[in-house]
Amino acid sequence: MSPEDPHRRTGTLFIACGALGRELVAVLRAAGLPRPTIACLPAHWHNTPERIAPAVREKIRGIGRDYERVFVLYGDCGTGGELDRMLESEGVERIPGPHCYQFFMGTDEFTETAEREPGCFYLTDYLVRHFDRLIVAGLGLDRHPELRDMYFGNYTRLIYIAQTDDPVLRGKARAAADRLGLAYEVRHRGYGELAVFVNRAMAPAGD
Amino acid sequence: MSDEPEDDIVLSELDDDELVQQMHDDLYDGLKDEIEEAVHILLERGWTPYRVLTEALVEGMRIVGIDFRDGILFVPEVLMAANAMKAGMAILRPLLAETGAPQVGKMVIGTVKGDIHDIGKNLVSMMMEGAGFDVIDLGINNPVESYMDALAEHQPDILGMSALLTTTMPYMKVVIDALKERGIRDNYIVLVGGAPLNEAFAESIGADAYCRDAAVAVETAKELIAERRRSNSAAMNVA
Ligand code: B12
Repeated sequence: MSPEDPHRRTGTLFIACGALGRELVAVLRAAGLPRPTIACLPAHWHNTPERIAPAVREKIRGIGRDYERVFVLYGDCGTGGELDRMLESEGVERIPGPHCYQFFMGTDEFTETAEREPGCFYLTDYLVRHFDRLIVAGLGLDRHPELRDMYFGNYTRLIYIAQTDDPVLRGKARAAADRLGLAYEVRHRGYGELAVFVNRAMAPAGD
Repeated sequence: MSDEPEDDIVLSELDDDELVQQMHDDLYDGLKDEIEEAVHILLERGWTPYRVLTEALVEGMRIVGIDFRDGILFVPEVLMAANAMKAGMAILRPLLAETGAPQVGKMVIGTVKGDIHDIGKNLVSMMMEGAGFDVIDLGINNPVESYMDALAEHQPDILGMSALLTTTMPYMKVVIDALKERGIRDNYIVLVGGAPLNEAFAESIGADAYCRDAAVAVETAKELIAERRRSNSAAMNVA
């Protein structure tokens, strides 16, 4: 930065999917890290992924201009690589991976699970908490319960990838599996690759 | 209430035009029973099954498709409409076979390995069938072999593949490469679709076209088949 640069950039900004904000804060707290600025975008864009890349770019070019370091916490999330193409042209780094399910579970385990049993439907803490709004209402199952089997007829199992050890969430996840007519399994995996990425991003620059 | 006539429309009292209009509305609202009833009424009035299919069902679903593309309708509404159309088609299908409706071509379609999203694929199947294609639907989670077996068995004009996951899109290339290896790539028109795809991707894997939605799929399929028949007959003339 030249000394006469009128625009001073300091600090770190995370641009995150709303489904990862709370988890990001938990990781920072657990590691005793200072709190960066966090800008969240609506988690329900999950169902309309074409909106994600343009909105993230807007954040990078807007509020992002004030920060020395900017990181993006998002899966590709069905943007078909559009998010990464945009981030490459903006020179901003994203946590690797296609979905948040994958980075919570761990890439190897997720790939192996998906290959062995393609009919798995995944929930995270966030999705369990907001199951009624995002899945039930989001897919219109509240208005049209008869659509359940058109959506989930090919699915066999619901896997709750738990970030926290919370019996209330486990109860909700089991109820969700029952409601969708799927077998239920819970795997407690904590914050997985999200924690690794955040700790690395927050490490002092230059090492 | 007495002054809400819309609640008790008697379908059989509508004239043909009104009834077809009503069917477009009922499809839009996903009203399966009403669609079944109206299909029977039109058939009783002497409509050919083909005309019921194209003017009432396919046209109604085309309108649904436009509003889905424009973000006015969402996935649940599209599913409800597809359900209603499916019910209508179930009545027409045996009759269409009997009455010799025009056959435009044949298509084998399936969702690729690892992916079990099928709503979009089912919609494409249905609209292709509605447009006069003989459609062989392989369902979900298809490895290379099941595509190969189906191509050998059915000898279609078109191979269609669907993928909704970033992680399963690349499998389309695996299938196309397998076709090339066997020296049969050019025997088929390969169409690909699914929300995360785009034209550049389709080109990069060596597909013939990417189709944004079911309406585009029908148009593209017809165009490419016509083109291929033209160039085949040109080749024959030269020979
Ligand atoms: C409905 C849906 C589901 C349903 C699927 C029900 C079913 N029976 O198919 C449910 C809820 C079960 C589901 C499950 C999952 N899903 Co889902 N799902 C969607 C959603 C919201 C809509 C897809 C859809 O049906 N659209 C409606 C149809 C009509 O549109 P379409 O599929 O695009 O098809 C049209 C065109 O693309 C084209 N077309 C499609 N195929 C073909 C083929 C040919 C040959 C042609 C010519 C044209 C064509 O024509 C169609 C008709 O117009 C999308 C988000 C989105 N908006 O795309 C996510 C999405 C695809 N899912 C996603 C994910 C991650 C999953 C899960 C892993 C989630 C989980 N929690 O476990 C599982 C997948 C498991 C698996 N192994 O497959 C991600 C993919 C992200 C990524 N990185 O790839 C998306 C993008 C959501 C997101 N942002 O995270 N899903």
